[in-house]
Amino acid sequence: MTLGLFLTQLLNGVQLGVLLFLLASGLTLVFGIMNFVNLAHGSLYMMGAYFAAAAFNAFDNSFLAAAVAAVGGTLLLGAALERLLLTTLYRRDHLDQVLATFGLILFFNEVVRFIWGPASVYINTPAWLSGTVNLFGMDYPAYRFAIIAVGLAVGAGLYVVIHKTRVGMLIRAGASNADMVSALGVNIRGLNLTVFALGAGLAGLAGLMAGPIVSVQAGMGEPILILTLVVIVTGGIGSIRGAFYGALIVGVVDTIGRAFLPTLLREFLERSVAQAVGPAIASLLIYLLMAVVLAVKPQGLFPVKHG
Amino acid sequence: MVRFSKTLLTAAAMAMATAGAWAQSPIKIGFMAELSGPQGALGGDQYDAFMLVVERNGGKLGGVPVQIIREDSQLKPDVATQLVQKLIEKDNVSIITGITFSNIMMAVHKPITEKGVFLIGSNAGPAPIAGAACSPFQFITSWQNDNQAEVVGKYATDKGYKKVIGMAPNYQAGKDFIAGFKRMYKGEVIDEIYTPLNQPDFSAELAQVAAKNPDAVYVFYPGGLGVNFVRQYAQAGLAGKIPLLSTSTTDGSTLPAQKEAALGVISGTFWGPDFANAANQQFVAEFEKKYNRIPSQYAAQSYDAALLLDSAIGKVKGNVADKPAFRAALKAADFKSVRGNFKFGANHFPVQDQHIFEVAKDAKGRVSLKTVATPLKDHQDAYATNCKM
Repeated sequence: MTLGLFLTQLLNGVQLGVLLFLLASGLTLVFGIMNFVNLAHGSLYMMGAYFAAAAFNAFDNSFLAAAVAAVGGTLLLGAALERLLLTTLYRRDHLDQVLATFGLILFFNEVVRFIWGPASVYINTPAWLSGTVNLFGMDYPAYRFAIIAVGLAVGAGLYVVIHKTRVGMLIRAGASNADMVSALGVNIRGLNLTVFALGAGLAGLAGLMAGPIVSVQAGMGEPILILTLVVIVTGGIGSIRGAFYGALIVGVVDTIGRAFLPTLLREFLERSVAQAVGPAIASLLIYLLMAVVLAVKPQGLFPVKHG
Repeated sequence: MVRFSKTLLTAAAMAMATAGAWAQSPIKIGFMAELSGPQGALGGDQYDAFMLVVERNGGKLGGVPVQIIREDSQLKPDVATQLVQKLIEKDNVSIITGITFSNIMMAVHKPITEKGVFLIGSNAGPAPIAGAACSPFQFITSWQNDNQAEVVGKYATDKGYKKVIGMAPNYQAGKDFIAGFKRMYKGEVIDEIYTPLNQPDFSAELAQVAAKNPDAVYVFYPGGLGVNFVRQYAQAGLAGKIPLLSTSTTDGSTLPAQKEAALGVISGTFWGPDFANAANQQFVAEFEKKYNRIPSQYAAQSYDAALLLDSAIGKVKGNVADKPAFRAALKAADFKSVRGNFKFGANHFPVQDQHIFEVAKDAKGRVSLKTVATPLKDHQDAYATNCKM
């Protein structure tokens, strides 16, 4: 194994990590502040990808149009969902919320199948990002660099918003003690709407960025939702910082495990056994990590400070 | 009394009407495939192509009216088994066609054939039913699964590739296709990479492939996985550098989403939309006109299934209840296949040429498949000798 290969895999891990961060940041705030279990977050990611693809094809392969449609569309969709449906669920228990948002997953999967058909739809990288960048003698896709850049920029932006603005202060306050915030006369309805729409917009952004890499099709939100749940549990529910580091840790562990575990196992095991067992164990690694974190720090690695 | 006789008269009239209807009652054909879910595009193509023939003939096959009962097996073997039971016992179908996935085929093959219902499979061709578990009531118009991998293995040998990396999802079909490739490939497979079936991103694996720099890469990634893989292969700068050989990865169902990213990818199968024979020209033109897309191989297989039924039902003049005669008529395969030559082997799987295609732009500038070689002629699967009918 060369240094170049290792660094490439590390970058792959970071890239997966920042994509997960875009999803996890919204989901963790909704969990933390609104105490709401939203399984349909993956569907918002899927809708973002579909909005992007639809605009991309309608406006002569314009990635800018795709970006506007994906982020704007999911922002509005998120706001509408919050107002029409979620407000009636806040007072219900978590199981009702799980049921309702699981229903939303099925609903959105059928909606996209109905509008766009069962086959995956076309979207591509912008032409100027379609090449590769040479890095330590290995070619790395320019588009994946762009994902890392966008993810880090969003991370920095969220840091500024959360720590330097009044809305951010309210969000932080809401995450530590929502009842106290509303008792102080803050419009919690408005705060909820803002947080949910913001989270939806970030999920849409993730869908946009993932669209050219993975196929845009019904059901694409579910596998990534599971990873996102692992991220926020590992990082600590309600914490943006936790979502950021948790996402990077999960992304890197998952990628490095997939990349090197099968090769490593071959040193000890028969080739055919290693080929069968390697991918299975590699895909289990992040769940093992989550289990260990939960055993040692049940609040997650970077919990929200209460009190 | 008057009322009584009136009732009697009505009853008699009704009985006559039903009897009349029964005399002209259409042949019932069950069509079952994956019509929803991520893989619904495949079954959709099978259905559209089948109905193209039925509708062209004014709702008839072989000159006899047919009633097509459409069912979605949802890629769930338990659902498929129940549907088959319903089709046979409630709807009284004498023929069932379609069947998209091998696991569904394995679940329904026995329930269908042991009831003496004809099974005209137009996609899945798992090894067991081509061999020891075969039935005289089965007729498969597609291929045996291994064939499409074998032809690529033969092609890789012909091209003189010395080192190849094989990649597939980590499930039975993935392993079968890699095994099929290896059966006809004389060089060395330096690595086999199996990825979890639900893994959408191949960044880690592609970095490994780039580092090992093989002469070619062979993959089996159907449906959405193929869209992901082919795009990411191009984005990683590997397209054009390391030849990408494939089965079921770049086909009519995935090319519309892959487009330019797939240019140059090699795949092996039995049919391509550019075939020059008259039957194919008519099929492609009519399919494109009606559905506004290039037909996939799944459409071609099912179109042939409809043509096969058309010829066989015509031969027995609609009397499909005469099972030996109908079976002989099906076995004769007296129709013009879109693939050119077509005949059934001893196990009722096609004995056919297997071709190699390259993804290229067609005359209208659309991304499609272009025939580049025919490494296997009149090829039969490796399991036919185990089939005793």
